[in-house]
Amino acid sequence: MKLMKTAIAAAFAALCIFATGAAAQDKTEITIATEGAFPPYNLTKADGTLDGYDVELAHYLCDHMKIKCTIVAQAFDGMIPALNAGKFDAIMAGMSATDKRKEAIDFSISYGSTGQSFATLKDSDLAKLPMKGELFSLASNEAGARKAVEEMKPVLKGKVVGVQSASIAARFIDEYLKGVVEVREYKTTEQHDLDLLSGRVDFIMASMGYLKTAVEKPSNSDMIITGPRFQGGFLGAGSSVGLRKSDTALKAKFDEAITAAKNDGTLKKLSEKWFGFDLTPQ
Amino acid sequence: MDLPFLYETFLTLISAVPLTLQLAASAIILGAVLALGLALCRLSGILPLDWLARAYIFVFRGTPLLVQIFLIYYGLGQFREVRQSMFWFVLRDPYWCAVIALMLNTASYSAEIIRGGLLAVPHGQIEAARACGMSRLLVFRRITMPLAIRQALPGYSNEMISMVKATSLASVITIMEVTGVAAKLISETYRAVEVFMVAGAIYLAINFILTRFVAIAEYQMSPHLRQPASLRDVPAAEAR
Repeated sequence: MKLMKTAIAAAFAALCIFATGAAAQDKTEITIATEGAFPPYNLTKADGTLDGYDVELAHYLCDHMKIKCTIVAQAFDGMIPALNAGKFDAIMAGMSATDKRKEAIDFSISYGSTGQSFATLKDSDLAKLPMKGELFSLASNEAGARKAVEEMKPVLKGKVVGVQSASIAARFIDEYLKGVVEVREYKTTEQHDLDLLSGRVDFIMASMGYLKTAVEKPSNSDMIITGPRFQGGFLGAGSSVGLRKSDTALKAKFDEAITAAKNDGTLKKLSEKWFGFDLTPQ
Repeated sequence: MDLPFLYETFLTLISAVPLTLQLAASAIILGAVLALGLALCRLSGILPLDWLARAYIFVFRGTPLLVQIFLIYYGLGQFREVRQSMFWFVLRDPYWCAVIALMLNTASYSAEIIRGGLLAVPHGQIEAARACGMSRLLVFRRITMPLAIRQALPGYSNEMISMVKATSLASVITIMEVTGVAAKLISETYRAVEVFMVAGAIYLAINFILTRFVAIAEYQMSPHLRQPASLRDVPAAEAR
């Protein structure tokens, strides 16, 4: 009897050592979450498979890190709590590394930066917004950005803007155009496109990369990009891989892989394929 | 438990309660009118009306409310004809789209509840009323309808409660009612558990008050189940 007890205790102790040993080791398999509805970052193809800049880059990064990755589609607005709850190990969904998000999770270095801009309908009076295509950085030229917003205010007064809920575009509108425009918040960017086309909102604000593909869709032929482009500051340095704060080893691996992708021209190649312009963060 | 955060969340969410109540009230009232019409169609004995009501109830009871909301809001808005029609000033507004979807949905369920109530009116009571010389309309107003309402009320209170909760789906078409505001708070603070707990408590409180009102209405409508007031306080000696 005593022998058996000792044997069980020994087996249990061995199990504990084995379990902690496994946890301390590097992960060989991870799950990456993307949205699958935010082209060209990530999209769901007609056959149900995922594709896009995030997805192709994820495959490259995983190959580089020699980790087996499973990519799953998730709703964008619950991604951060789900990451912390351990539903998956990384987020690659065109997510910008903002200070607010950094309170909850950790981010890799940036893998692409496009800035935020506006879109409206061809026959709208907002199609002639001033400073079309000009770039203002909230980080290095905050005064210039503020001046640009002031110049737009008379045209935008009383208009309805559509933004994705809890996006950095929503925060931009809240900080710079509060009280000037009426805000409607949508779960996905495709929904505010639909409402722009049907005339429920007068203009939308979203990432330049997203807008560029949105206006090229045949169903969105009446949509055009307008006004200046903003980046930096709380708009973020660009898209980064979202990771749990405890996964420091995984973050180091992603950082190293992204730097490699930057140096060997993969970021440039993939961003030109999906966006039509170079997104490599400088 | 972070009490100041819960309190702050409560204050933010409570400001959205009027919109939730407004949505639920307009959907329930408009839905009840439509439901009565549908129930009467079902019982009219006129075949085309009966089948029209059957088809309506089949479609709206058999499809998810979320799908109905999406179809009415995004679906109808895609057609140029709808956008140029006179209905667009209503359908353009997310609020009215939500009211229409909720109303159409609740009407299909309520129609069957009301039909059940009407069918459960004892035949003898109607015969007695007819024997007293009441016209069909008077019988309906005085006998059938009050009895039907009394009998349908417990079932209908279920439908009212589920409508209050169903308003939460309106958040998917940009309406900032309690759940919409809660979802926004969560994506800003990433504290899903606390925010949803407060939101759940608010719905619970609304439905608690609603069920109290239904209980009062039920009490008022069933004097036959209570002891007559005049006899209750009379001493036994005097009653003889």
